[in-house]
Amino acid sequence: MPYYKNYLVGRANLIKLKSPTFYMDRTSVNPLSSHAKEIRRKILKMIHASKSAHIASALSTVELLVSLYFKIMRIDPKNPSMQGRDILIFSKGHGCSALYATLVQRGYENEKILQEFSTDGGKLWGHVTSGSMKGIEATAGSLGHGLPIGLGMALANKKRNVFVLMGDGECDEGSVWEAILFAGHARASNLIAIIDFNKIQSLGNTAEVLDIEPLAEKFRAAKWAAKEVDGHSIPHICAALQKLPFEEGKPSVLIAHTTKGKGISFMENSLAWHYTPPDDKQLEGALGELS
Amino acid sequence: MRKTFVEKLLLYAKKYPSLMVVTGDLGYSVFEPFMQKFPEKFINAGIAEQNMMGMSAGLALSGKIVFAYSITPFATVRPLEQIRVDICYHNLPVRIIGTGAGLSYGTLGPTHHGTEDLALMRAMPNMAVCAPADKYELAKIMDASMKMKTPLYIRIGRSQEPDVHSFPPPLKIGKGLEVYSKGGDFAIISCGNMVHTALQAAAILFKEGKKGKVISMHTIKPLDSALVLSLAKKMPLFTLEEHSIIGGLGSAVAETLADAGVCPPVFERFALPDAFQKAVGKHEFLRMKNGLTPEAVAKKIIKKL
Repeated sequence: MPYYKNYLVGRANLIKLKSPTFYMDRTSVNPLSSHAKEIRRKILKMIHASKSAHIASALSTVELLVSLYFKIMRIDPKNPSMQGRDILIFSKGHGCSALYATLVQRGYENEKILQEFSTDGGKLWGHVTSGSMKGIEATAGSLGHGLPIGLGMALANKKRNVFVLMGDGECDEGSVWEAILFAGHARASNLIAIIDFNKIQSLGNTAEVLDIEPLAEKFRAAKWAAKEVDGHSIPHICAALQKLPFEEGKPSVLIAHTTKGKGISFMENSLAWHYTPPDDKQLEGALGELS
Repeated sequence: MRKTFVEKLLLYAKKYPSLMVVTGDLGYSVFEPFMQKFPEKFINAGIAEQNMMGMSAGLALSGKIVFAYSITPFATVRPLEQIRVDICYHNLPVRIIGTGAGLSYGTLGPTHHGTEDLALMRAMPNMAVCAPADKYELAKIMDASMKMKTPLYIRIGRSQEPDVHSFPPPLKIGKGLEVYSKGGDFAIISCGNMVHTALQAAAILFKEGKKGKVISMHTIKPLDSALVLSLAKKMPLFTLEEHSIIGGLGSAVAETLADAGVCPPVFERFALPDAFQKAVGKHEFLRMKNGLTPEAVAKKIIKKL
């Protein structure tokens, strides 16, 4: 059995869940899962309208973003540059439609800005670009840049948490491992890496292209504390991130086991949806699944 | 030059709370006083330059002014994409210090020769590029950099370079300095560790009855095009640098002339060929092999005049 299939049997069971009301939006009575649905709708519409790629990479991050932006992070959408705020660096920049949709859903910007995505004369590039939208902390797109930047931000101000959301394919990059080594060495305990482990990268399955397993063990060997979680269970993600750092004096990594294309049956676990935008009929079908 | 570099950092550490110094595990016999006095402002990133530059960007995104130090190729070529995306795209106050300009690392070989750094750094949007001629120019550039909010690359020598100035010059970033002026027979525009050679060549030419000028073009980007054009209109123009013929000071000057449609009476670029060094040798030997000695430069200029 592949290593990652063990995770639910093992460590994740130790995560204690709170009562259901805990997993409500801080700002309203909506359960967080309703935000996830709405964000997926927005992603579908953005990618469909702009006929752009990377829809499946965006869909696998949704519950992670909802947990962070609606529950875990100390932020203020009305004051995006609040001193001492928590930081999220969206390092897998190609999945940016999910970040844009989440920032809108959280109230950083009006929904209208999403029409600016990947279109001539628009504001929002097809990879995360700082300055294009309130709430974006760093530019990313070339992979393996977010963790070093996040590490620098964590070292500059130890009183806040810096989260870096990365892809599993992104972990092929050498710069990621340079930062992993240094963060463990520097005991950067306010740095939290979150791996969207969706098992598929650009040309094939991660296990076949460049097997990064056992990933948690690699992080632990570099003096990190690691947890694994079902990356589509908001209660489990929130419970895992409720107490930070995972261990005193160590950076934390949450390996979130996810499904590429999650939430739309025909997009799940399919390499083609790393590239293909949905046509009108597929959009209709996908939105139907989310209703 | 490296001694001046660390002395300046010691001063800034007291004056600027936001100062951070980052190195890629280099700076033996340079950084020790700083490490001892200001350990909280010093990060040795290890031999991991990509992370070093990304981390520097993260520090700067959080309000720090960062000096990031390594040997020229490891400070520029190795982490080029981190410089481009993390530092230049965010337009951050990171000062990249490349030590061992040109062929300074001599016998250590082509891996350690810094011969494409000016070309690469010039091509980075938002980046300013400086190559001070001596410790006085370096000190002035560092002082000016503390007031800049944008990226800056500073190419410095190794150690014990001869001084060009005898006291701090009135240096402004982006304005070339006339360091020698005897007449209008020629002008040598040079930068960094070649300015001293240019001065020696000018002295040889003086003995031959040719009276010219030497410019220390310590800022390669933004280039002082007004100065370049005013010289080009009046006299034969030469550039001299210890850098590849592609993309450095000579290229920047040639681009300026071409764009303005100004053709000096004579124009020639003295630089390193577009090749790796083959013959093993110390710095002076390699300069001789590449025609970058005062005698060789003077001889070529006389031929052209």
